[in-house]
Amino acid sequence: MKLLNQTIDFEALDNPAVTSYAARVNAGELLTFCAAARKAKRPLVALWGSDERDRGEGFGFALHTALDLSEGLVCLTLPLAAENPSFPDLAPIYPVANRMQRAVMDTIGAMPEGDADRRPWLRHANWPADFWPLRNDAKDAQFEAQNEDYAFVRVEGDGVHEIAVGPIHAGIIEPGHFRFSVTGESVLRLEQRLGWTHKGIERRFKGMGLSDGARLAGRVSGDSTVAYAWAYAQAAEAIGAVTPPPRALWLRALLLERERIINHLGDLGYLGNDVALAFGLMQFMRLKEDWVRENARLFGHRFMMDRIVPGGVSVDIDEDGKRAIAAQCDVLEGELHALKDIYDDHAGLQDRFLTTGRITPQLAETLGVIGLAGRASGQCWDLRCNHPCAPYDQLQPHMQLEHNGDVAARALVRFGEVKASLDLVRKILREMPDGDIRSEVRSDANKRGFGWIEGWRGDIFVALETGSDGKIRRCHCHDPSWQIWPALEHAIIDNIVPDFPLINKSFNLSYAGPDL
Amino acid sequence: MFPMLRQIFRTGIVSEPAPDADETLRATTQRLSEVMLRQLGRALVIRQIDAGSCNACEQEIHALSNPYYNLEALGIKFTASPRHADLLLVTGPVAKNMEIALKRAYDATPEPKLVVAVGDCGCTGGIFGESYACCGRIANVIPVDVSIPGCPPTPLQLMQGILAAIVPEAMQEEKV
Ligand code: SF4
Repeated sequence: MKLLNQTIDFEALDNPAVTSYAARVNAGELLTFCAAARKAKRPLVALWGSDERDRGEGFGFALHTALDLSEGLVCLTLPLAAENPSFPDLAPIYPVANRMQRAVMDTIGAMPEGDADRRPWLRHANWPADFWPLRNDAKDAQFEAQNEDYAFVRVEGDGVHEIAVGPIHAGIIEPGHFRFSVTGESVLRLEQRLGWTHKGIERRFKGMGLSDGARLAGRVSGDSTVAYAWAYAQAAEAIGAVTPPPRALWLRALLLERERIINHLGDLGYLGNDVALAFGLMQFMRLKEDWVRENARLFGHRFMMDRIVPGGVSVDIDEDGKRAIAAQCDVLEGELHALKDIYDDHAGLQDRFLTTGRITPQLAETLGVIGLAGRASGQCWDLRCNHPCAPYDQLQPHMQLEHNGDVAARALVRFGEVKASLDLVRKILREMPDGDIRSEVRSDANKRGFGWIEGWRGDIFVALETGSDGKIRRCHCHDPSWQIWPALEHAIIDNIVPDFPLINKSFNLSYAGPDL
Repeated sequence: MFPMLRQIFRTGIVSEPAPDADETLRATTQRLSEVMLRQLGRALVIRQIDAGSCNACEQEIHALSNPYYNLEALGIKFTASPRHADLLLVTGPVAKNMEIALKRAYDATPEPKLVVAVGDCGCTGGIFGESYACCGRIANVIPVDVSIPGCPPTPLQLMQGILAAIVPEAMQEEKV
C-alpha cells in the first residue's frame, strides 16, 4: 500500500490495537518520505536503532523511524552497514530528531551524517566512546565514572554570563542540567543537558520474558506507569496475537484517566506554589492524595503499578467500587470548580501565568511540539481522538485546546482535561461491559509489535521485538518528553530567570522517561 | 480572598497522627550519640536526591508534604542545599551518570550526617540492577544508615524510616 503519494510500498501490520504500516527503505526514500510527512504536518513519533548483525550474512544495523500519519503509525526501517554504520541527518526535517539521533549514536554506534550534531547525549563520559550497550557483542561491564566537559553552545557579548543549574536540582525533582546564558535578569539562551538518569533500561530488556518486560516498562517513568504498561501490553499482545477481553480494555481506560487526573492535580498545585500561592499546593495535593488512596484501596497500589498486564488487567471492580469512584468524581468536580474560580480570580497568580513562557502555535508547529504542551499551543495531537484504540473509539473524548501557549494556557488545558477525564470515568463506569479481564498471552518467536497510548504528557510509544527464543530481542520505549524538552529551551527566551521554575513546571516533562 | 478563606474553612484540618519509627529499617547501628539525638529532637533538615529513580519514589516523597502527612509539623523540612542538610534522602538505583554528583552532594553535607536509601531500587538496585549505566543500590556509592524498601514505599513507610534514622534506640520505648 502507498502513503502520502510516495513510491514506497508499505505492508499493513497485524497489530490490532494500533493500525500500523511498515516498510524497508533506502536513505533517499527515508529522506523523501520524512520530508513529505513533514510537509503534510505529520509528527515524528520516535527514532531508534538496532543491531541486526546476528541475522546472518549481509546484515548490519538498522535505524527505525516511526511517524504519525492520518492512516496510522508508520515505521520506516533503514538498513545500515555492519562496519562504520551511518544514516542521513533527519534533524533538518524534524528538529526534534536531534537528540534521538545522538541516543542512537551512543547506544549502537551509528552516526548521523553531514552537519548533524554529534555530541554524545546519553553517554556522559562514564563509559568509553567505543562501548555501545545495544550492540549484541557489548559485554556486561562497569567503568570508572569521569567528569565530562560537555560542549555547551557559548553566548558571547557585553554583560553575558552563564548560570549552571543541576544535575541535582533545588527541589524534589529528577536530575538534569540547565545552562542559562543571561544578561541581567533575562534569559538569552537555555541549553539542556539531560541523560543523568540513564539506567541502561533498553539493554536490560534484552532476554526478558514478556511478563518481566511489562514490569520494567511500567518503571520507565513512574508517574506514567499506567500509560507505559498499556503501550507495552499492546505491543506484547500484537506479538502473542491476542486481543484482551473488552472489559479489560475499559478497565485500562479507567486506570489511565485516573492517572491523568492525579498528575494534573499535582501539577495544578505546584503551579500555584511556584507563584507563592501555597494554598493552591495544599488544596490540590490533598485532592491528589484522596485519589491516590482510593487507588490503593480499590486496586492495591497507590499508582496502579503492574495493574495492566499483557493480555488484560490484574484488577477488577465491583459495584461498590464503581459507586465509590462515582462519588469521588462528584466531590472532585465540585472542588475543582471552586479552586478554578480562585485561580481565575487571583490577580497575582494570573499576572505571573499570563504571557509567561510562551510557545506560539506557529513555533509549536515548527518545533513539532506534541502532547499536553502542544495542545496548549493549538496543536491538535491527542491519540485518544486522532487514533482512538478501544474503548476510546466509543468514549469519544473531547480534545482540550488552548492557543496562547503560555503558562496560563498549560494550566487551563490541565483544568479542562481533569474535567473531561472525570466525564470519561463516569461514562466508563456506566458503560463498561461485563466479562473476563485477562486472556493468556504466549510469546511467539521473531515477532514485532507496537504500542501507542496517550499518557498525561503526550503519546507514549513502545516497539517490541522477540528473538528466536521468544524472549525480548529489542524493546524501545519512547517518552513524549523527547519532543517537548526542546520547546522549553524556546519558552524561556526573554523571560526572567526567576520565572524558570514556573515555566518548567508548566511543562513538567519527564527526565527518567527519555533518559531510559 | 473570601472564596479562599471559605475553602480553607470548609477543608478543616485533615492532618493525621504520625506513625512510630520502624527500627527494623535500620541498616547500621545508630551512629549519632543519644545526647546529640536528644538535642536534635525531631528538628531535621532533609536534602532529597534523585540518583536515578523512575520518579514514582519522588511522588511519594512529595506526598509527605501534603496536608494528610504534614511532615513539616513534626519539625522535619526539606532544603535545597546539601550544606544545610542533616539527612540525605536518596532514591533510585545510582545511575552511573549520577555517581559523581551523588558523592559530591554527600561530601558537601556537614557531619554528622545521615543517609536514608529509598525504595527497592535504593535498597538493592531493584529491577535495574548493576550494569554499564547503573551502580545499583545507594550503599554501593555512599554509606547508608536506613533503608526503606517498597516500590515505591508509601508515605507512611517513608515517615517510619526517616524517624528511625533520628531516634536513638533507647528512646524507642518512650514512643515518639
Ligand atoms: S523503587 Fe520502584 S518506584 Fe522507586 S525508583 Fe525504583 S522502580 Fe521507581
